[in-house]
Amino acid sequence: MSIAYMHTILTLLPFYPLVSFLLLISFAKRLSWQLAASLSVGAMALSALSSFALVWQLSADLPVITTHLWQWFTLSSSEQINISFYLDGLAAVMICVVTGVGLLIHIFAAAYMKEDENFTRFMAYMNLFIVAMLMLVLADNLVLLYLGWEGVGLCSFLLIGFWYHEKANVLAARKAFIVTRVGDTAMAIGLFMIFKEIGQLTITDINESARVLWIAGDNQPYWIALLLLGGAVGKSAQLPLQIWLPDAMAGPTPVSALIHAATMVTAGVYLIARMHGIFLLAPEVMTYVAWLGALTLLLAGVAALAQSDIKRVLAYSTMSQIGYMMLSLGAGAFSAGVFHLMTHAFFKALLFLTAGAIILALHHQQDLFKMGGLLKRLPFEAVLFSIGLVCLIALPGSSGFFSKEAIIAQLFSSPTAGPLLWVCAIVGALLTSIYSCRLFFLAFMGSARFESPLQPSSSKLVKISLIVLAILSLVGGAFGTALEHGLSSVFVAAPMVEMVNDPTWLHAVAIATPFVGIVFSWFYFSKYREVSHSPLVENTSAVNQFAKQGLGFDRLYDWLLVKPYCTLAKVNRSDIFDQLMMLNAWYVTLWHEVLASSQNGKLRWYVAAIGLAALLLTLLLMLNVGEVSMEIS
Amino acid sequence: MSAIPLSHILILASILFIIGFVGVIVRKNTLYMLMSLEVMLNAVGVAFIGAGSAWQQADGQVMFILILTLAAAEVAVGLALLIQMQRKFKSLDIDLLSKLRG
Repeated sequence: MSIAYMHTILTLLPFYPLVSFLLLISFAKRLSWQLAASLSVGAMALSALSSFALVWQLSADLPVITTHLWQWFTLSSSEQINISFYLDGLAAVMICVVTGVGLLIHIFAAAYMKEDENFTRFMAYMNLFIVAMLMLVLADNLVLLYLGWEGVGLCSFLLIGFWYHEKANVLAARKAFIVTRVGDTAMAIGLFMIFKEIGQLTITDINESARVLWIAGDNQPYWIALLLLGGAVGKSAQLPLQIWLPDAMAGPTPVSALIHAATMVTAGVYLIARMHGIFLLAPEVMTYVAWLGALTLLLAGVAALAQSDIKRVLAYSTMSQIGYMMLSLGAGAFSAGVFHLMTHAFFKALLFLTAGAIILALHHQQDLFKMGGLLKRLPFEAVLFSIGLVCLIALPGSSGFFSKEAIIAQLFSSPTAGPLLWVCAIVGALLTSIYSCRLFFLAFMGSARFESPLQPSSSKLVKISLIVLAILSLVGGAFGTALEHGLSSVFVAAPMVEMVNDPTWLHAVAIATPFVGIVFSWFYFSKYREVSHSPLVENTSAVNQFAKQGLGFDRLYDWLLVKPYCTLAKVNRSDIFDQLMMLNAWYVTLWHEVLASSQNGKLRWYVAAIGLAALLLTLLLMLNVGEVSMEIS
Repeated sequence: MSAIPLSHILILASILFIIGFVGVIVRKNTLYMLMSLEVMLNAVGVAFIGAGSAWQQADGQVMFILILTLAAAEVAVGLALLIQMQRKFKSLDIDLLSKLRG
């Protein structure tokens, strides 16, 4: 394939979903289900095929493909912002995940949302999301990246609040939008600072210039990296901006799979990996990244232990898995983090979609305590879900095992991480296996606790997409070496983490941890597992409730930020600053009234006014105030 | 014949003018307002005559004749208006004529 041909393919890549979005949103309900579904899924299939073709062509001889579409605007004489795409190993992984997993989720969504009256609107937003995500990962400069960044945020908002007739969904959408906006603001300031300090916004230029301009530990890269980290933390739902993700589960399940598990929430990880040139110059920030990841990992693991909603368990598990990726980036193991991003996209999409199929079969029942005994009744879904869980727990052989192992192995001896973070990762892995087992026992074992008969989906589309995702989850680890190879040219600057004389016990502990968790839960959660006739009640102790509400972060922010802000808004209801502005209006009105009242039509008043004016003028002349004008005349 | 000093004449003219002016402002009856206007015009006339005699020029008297003519015309129009007003409003109150507010 010639180079020119590949440029065309790369240029067109984001435009298939864009065209599909425009058609869907313009014709909306006039399109039949068949037409709308084939349009959106077809556009995704074209995108996916193009990205596979492009990635196939990337090699050691041709590590980067770039294409320039047009110039957007000029910032300074030397810096122009272009609409240009830049495809290297990292972007290649991302476009494969976005279009590949995106395609499967689109196929699933076409069947899942078939009955919804706003089906075309749903598919249109999904397509728009893919456009924005592709912009984000393919952007060759940070401004275009920011455009995609905000675009995915918008689509996330639109899709969480897709069923906007229910107030809770709208509130969740608003919360997600506002909380991520906090991070985005930090990121925007980071971009301004980059432009001020370096004068460039093209990503490759920044990474190169930063290395020339500064040495590790300088002040500027520290602040820039910290601000960029703010953006990443908001988008990837990490501590302290993690509170929006569990509520975001209010959206339809394919949305949770596509946006809040596989792609958008990993944008933060992508951003840090993309800007590694800056982060490597700020080792303190790398340590912060690692610690934030580790804390989120533990926090989300504990919170997931107490959830009763199947989707919320998965949401917290997403948070904790992204915590792993952050931990790995913080430790300098960039390719391991990106590897985990990919495998996580596979198995988490699988878990969410299977959960969606189960929820649909149970007539929109998401409460784990109203499930149970599904292993025999929904064997297809149960097998797929357990494949997903096996990858999540990282049992040897599954894709999750390879990527998580790669992360944990590099933590111990990394200069920016260390043994303490390694322990956190191990505890996190233990928690992961415990909450996964609890989820499995509650949903699939024990006695059936639902009343209405099951209604399993018979759609072929659902089955195909789930089976492909399951296969990807199982064999995803095989992409590891290819990925390592492709990414090595991207992370040239990153120092290799020393892996010499690793004691075997480190590996042994990492491999054994999930099994310890499984054995522990087998006995600890035996009442969830065994068939009994006494009704199963949820643990309602204070500690459990505390963990269920995400360790009180919502309440803390509510008390610390939301309540004072609302009080302030209430106090300032009449708007003091507005009143200051209204003073002008009041002044004008005053003079209006004075002058209007002088226009009363009473002749004698006018005469008096003329007389008074004549008198005043005479007085002025007598006092020589009018001397100047007199002299001129 | 001893000449009356100009200042005396001007003071007389000013007093007459002010009396007339105050009459215009104070009186509600339009007829009296017209009369006060006449007083004012005459005050100006006195000033012109005085000035004319002080500088031994005929212009002052010419001016006074002009003012007299003007006053006659003004009174003719004014009285005609008064008659119309009396017919329409049954009153000569000038404040009734404020409908246009202008």
